[in-house]
Amino acid sequence: MSNIKGYLDMELLRFTTAGSVDDGKSTLIGRLLYDSKAIFDDQINLLKETSKQRGDEGLNLALLTDGLRSEREQGITIDVAYRYFATPKRKFIIADTPGHIQYTRNMVTGASTANLALLLVDARHGVVEQTKRHAFIASLLQIPHIVVCINKMDLVDYSKERFEEIIADFEDFASKLEIKDVRFTPISALNGDNVVERSLNMQWYDGSTLMHLLENIHIGSDHNHIDCRFPVQYVVRPQSKEFPDYRGYAGRIEGGVFKPGDKVTVLPSGFTSYIKSIDTFNERVKEAFSPMSVCITLKDDIDVSRGDMLVKADNKPMINQDVDLMICWMNEKNMLLKGKYTIRHTSQTARCIIKEVKYKIDINSLHRLKDDKVIGLNDIGRISLRVTKPLYIDSYRRNRNTGSIILIDEATNETVAAGMII
Amino acid sequence: MSSYNLTHLKELESEAIFILREVAAQFEKPVMLFSGGKDSIIMFHLARKAFYPGKIPFPLMHVDTGHNFPETITFRDRLIKKTGETLIIKYVQDSIDKGNAVEETGTNPSRNGLQTVTLLEGLEDGKYDCAMGGARRDEEKARAKERFFSHRDEFGQWNPKNQRPELWNLFNGRKNIGEHFRVFPISNWTEMDVWQYIMYEKINLPSLYFAHQREVVNRDGVLLAKCEHITLKAGELWKKMRVRCRTIGDMTCTGVTESEADNIEAIIKEVATTRITERGGRADDKRSEAAMEDRKKEGYF
Repeated sequence: MSNIKGYLDMELLRFTTAGSVDDGKSTLIGRLLYDSKAIFDDQINLLKETSKQRGDEGLNLALLTDGLRSEREQGITIDVAYRYFATPKRKFIIADTPGHIQYTRNMVTGASTANLALLLVDARHGVVEQTKRHAFIASLLQIPHIVVCINKMDLVDYSKERFEEIIADFEDFASKLEIKDVRFTPISALNGDNVVERSLNMQWYDGSTLMHLLENIHIGSDHNHIDCRFPVQYVVRPQSKEFPDYRGYAGRIEGGVFKPGDKVTVLPSGFTSYIKSIDTFNERVKEAFSPMSVCITLKDDIDVSRGDMLVKADNKPMINQDVDLMICWMNEKNMLLKGKYTIRHTSQTARCIIKEVKYKIDINSLHRLKDDKVIGLNDIGRISLRVTKPLYIDSYRRNRNTGSIILIDEATNETVAAGMII
Repeated sequence: MSSYNLTHLKELESEAIFILREVAAQFEKPVMLFSGGKDSIIMFHLARKAFYPGKIPFPLMHVDTGHNFPETITFRDRLIKKTGETLIIKYVQDSIDKGNAVEETGTNPSRNGLQTVTLLEGLEDGKYDCAMGGARRDEEKARAKERFFSHRDEFGQWNPKNQRPELWNLFNGRKNIGEHFRVFPISNWTEMDVWQYIMYEKINLPSLYFAHQREVVNRDGVLLAKCEHITLKAGELWKKMRVRCRTIGDMTCTGVTESEADNIEAIIKEVATTRITERGGRADDKRSEAAMEDRKKEGYF
């Protein structure tokens, strides 16, 4: 029974992995899944059969992570695939994304919800263009933790010097980026060195194994618990015999800590009131923080609807119709300067016009391209927008939930861009 | 664990509630699919939580193949009666009678594929623009790439190559007239999470999930329960065994597992040590390696 109680007390860590065909990413994921018993016998059997049929040598672990038929046929990963495993300490969600430049949009998608990014570096090749691109995207998306796995250490004689050389190269490059927490681990995914078990081949390494890092890295501060933000998602009005006058505002806390009795301001009306109760199905809670889904009632009967935001009177977000942001373009159709798009921000929907492209970024060199301002698929650039109504925004750096937007093409309804507010 | 940190179950619950509310806010006429299995029972539980103290602002829909385990139907009817929520039942038999679906023949004719016809008819009849389901990404590899909000064209088809990117918590449910969405609020849950949640929340389940005596036949390694729809082949025998269901589907294609686990704690221990996937016992998935992907493209859940 005690170990069942343990299951109920685990944390959730979401991480993303990006890498190319040859850096051993599939092998590493395969090992994490296999060593944590997340791969089942019938999957292994199917894998053996399919590997044999394709003429692959041994077990092709990539087949396990490549889900769609077209991907299996072409032998490439073209979309974000989600994998799950758990250890007694944590449950993990992996957003596994292809690393090639033409899949930048998939990397961005996987990174948007991640607490941690795993960057794989081939010890023989060191920091290459692709490593830089992945590190840049991780910093752009403000993934709180980065673990650089220097893989294939077995092919460089488990050399400490090589490991340190790569760290120095990475740090030199990363100094230009905004990365809060970066760790380095020398591993061999193929042989299992420093993945789950400590490596006997690298006695010189006294840091953590990859699994130890994944299980212990502190993620409690990844959410913003300072600036109170509650976008109203849905109004609950039962009008039943039991609850004739109940009017609750359902939503998810996107920042800060709310408590009953707190004085709150409703945006955009500017009315203030006090929190009467914070309700969930199970109980009335004494405090609510991100990412809890709750239902808030107010002491005064004021008009509040979806798209409105409850904030603390003394800590308001920026209220702006003009928004500056970094965007990643995700559609085959280029972005139209002066074009009109639908914008979604928290529970708000509005229309906007693209006012200006300030620059585009060459994501390999990180140079700002001020002459080439055509933003197409997989491009990243800085732009400014004018929105039809004010949005209640924070900078993405301060709060990933209230600092992010998506743009939607009004003709096709497709999501065409991801934006991070500056 | 720091005080401002949720457990994984609380975080998954919060995410699912967020999605359910987003559906209620973004769609005009959503419906929640309900099969009577544990995943749809959890979905129902989460929907009650999401809109509490209000009622669930959408109906449930059961696509009844007529091949259900009787225990599932009894449980379903009792749950609806107790909670007072609305349930719509669509019968595969009606689609067959109308000539829109053709029954398979053979020793265990499956109505699994026919469900898609009845489901799409049901969605069209009710003019539903969003159908929520309890599918999880850990179930099957084609599902590992499914979005929370999954767009379907006017034929109800899924196009895996043209899925909309899904970023942060910003879900895009916009569509043209005639198109609809499938939404999967418990995408990120694993089989283990579901069982832990059932234990944590003390949720009632059909008795089928717990070990019991039943007559079964071993067909190609899958244990099928005795029922009127299955005909024995030469050399096959009904045999009494102690079994339970890990997943509930049609009697014709849902394998049962030999098990002694007759309570939640025992099931969780069994799930933690088992070496076969949950759908490993489903004959419908074994028809080809891409069976699920192909059915999903046609509009299957």
